[in-house]
Amino acid sequence: MHNNRSWSRKLFMICNFIFLAFISFLCLMPIIHILAISFSSGQAAAAGKVLLWPVEFTTAAYQNVFGKPEYLRAFWISIQRVIIGTTISMTLTIITAYPLSKDSRQFRLRTFYAWVFVFTILFSGGLIPTYTTIKSLGMIDTMWALVLPGGVAVFNVILLLNFYRSLPKELEESSRIDGAGHFKTLWKIYAPLSLPALATTGLFTMVGHWNSWFDGMLYMNHTENYPLQTFLQTVIVKLDFRFIKAENVELMLKLSDRTSRAAQIFVAAFPILIVYPFLQRFFIKGIVMGSVKE
Amino acid sequence: MNVLARMWKREWPLHMMLLPGLILVLIFSYYPMAGIIMAFQKYIPNKGLIGSPFIGMRNFQLLMEYPDIGRVFLNTIYIAVMKIIAGLIVPITIAILLNELRKEWVKRTFQTLVYLPHFLSWVLLSGILVDILSPSSGILNQVLSIFGIKPIFFLGDNAWFPYVMVISDVWKEFGFGTIVYLAALTGINPSLYEAAEIDGAGRFKQILNITLPGMMPIIILMLTLNIGNVLNAGFEQIFNLYSPPVYESADIIDTFVYRLGVQQAQFGFATAVGLLKSIVSFIFISVSYVLAYRIANYRIF
Repeated sequence: MHNNRSWSRKLFMICNFIFLAFISFLCLMPIIHILAISFSSGQAAAAGKVLLWPVEFTTAAYQNVFGKPEYLRAFWISIQRVIIGTTISMTLTIITAYPLSKDSRQFRLRTFYAWVFVFTILFSGGLIPTYTTIKSLGMIDTMWALVLPGGVAVFNVILLLNFYRSLPKELEESSRIDGAGHFKTLWKIYAPLSLPALATTGLFTMVGHWNSWFDGMLYMNHTENYPLQTFLQTVIVKLDFRFIKAENVELMLKLSDRTSRAAQIFVAAFPILIVYPFLQRFFIKGIVMGSVKE
Repeated sequence: MNVLARMWKREWPLHMMLLPGLILVLIFSYYPMAGIIMAFQKYIPNKGLIGSPFIGMRNFQLLMEYPDIGRVFLNTIYIAVMKIIAGLIVPITIAILLNELRKEWVKRTFQTLVYLPHFLSWVLLSGILVDILSPSSGILNQVLSIFGIKPIFFLGDNAWFPYVMVISDVWKEFGFGTIVYLAALTGINPSLYEAAEIDGAGRFKQILNITLPGMMPIIILMLTLNIGNVLNAGFEQIFNLYSPPVYESADIIDTFVYRLGVQQAQFGFATAVGLLKSIVSFIFISVSYVLAYRIANYRIF
């Protein structure tokens, strides 16, 4: 009896392992496939010979990508955007969350202010009014249109203010008694202690800026101002679907350089692919902190 | 007056800290809300909000008469609801299965891998998906052809498109959800399992009677919070993957507003559609927050 059960248990464990390995493979496979295509010759890729390993290995596609000034320019704009956007967003998140983490006795209007921010999650003017606002501010074709509208990330503010609140109250009290003002208390006590929360929200903000493409498409009239993902949207995605008939899409896919697209995709994904495995633990902590709380 | 002055003296640094954030929110969130007036105007960009003529509810009337509008709403809800359900079941299942693994590093490796697609943008993933799903040279159709199945044009076929959206969305996001459920699993008291073991309950019975009930609060929480997303079927994904032949099954409110508003410059009409969506979403999100508070005692701050 006991023997039988441990035998079935073993079988389950093996099946479970194989199943999860397969699922994990499915999550990785498309990226490996694209990588393999990017290192294959154009003919091999077009003939559909490439699976998970390059056929007729060549780096021609990458030479093509790095020789393209438009690609490099878009890449550089994205890097600028990540740096400027993350700096603005994180600064605002830190200083906005601090007053909101006080209770109403310490800060009378706290609840009112909190609702002013939270309401923006619940309701918005919508796509067109937001667009006309940006336009009337003269921000079209400037970096400001990409970094300012999302400057206050309300979800991050909430996450951080919850974190501030979990810190012991005595720390703040003693710092205030020692004569430190709010700014100093925030800078010397709260910010350093909330480093895990700041790392998580900071990394999410960076990834968000790196990945976003839609605002670039909306607010940039000139393609030379496109950040990388917007640029890629126009060369990788849009191209196919300009043509209405299925056969045309097919033809286009063959004519256009499949390997070159694969290389462009991979280069754009690369910064995330190298950074992500190391930061994964931060993310896990942060998500759990933000979503499962007492 | 004296009280107010004292309060100000004590609290002014806090107000100062909020000021930059408030200014941004006022400009980029509240000011556009005034632009909702456009929904009641025949908006002419050169004349602006003040100069454009008011036409009352005409835009909303047009909306009701618009031939595709019913299908657009139905598509939105259909795709969103399927995503919510699949996006609940898959991560829960994977979390339970991952939890059964003994070796910590194996668990962590799998977790890292399934979490990866979440970090890539829909632009990149669309590029990858278009390639993989292509009927002539795509790897998926090549595999299917081994089994004698004729090539399927997944992204160009109305019968397939919504399911491709749901499956690819689950593929991208389930790793993210899994982490939340795994966290809930570690919170279950191990002595419950020991007790069950002594009572002779097998592994499967333990999952059914301990693991699932233990996860219930977080499952209910996630479900209630998702109610707010019923009108968000995933603009970025669909916009990057759809094409005119599949508008019939793929068009959602957000893509519809984009095409009408931005591409065809029907500002007033598109704003009316957007306003309708905002109002309904507002109701759903508010309801979901209230429910989450009542049922799962969840508060946002």
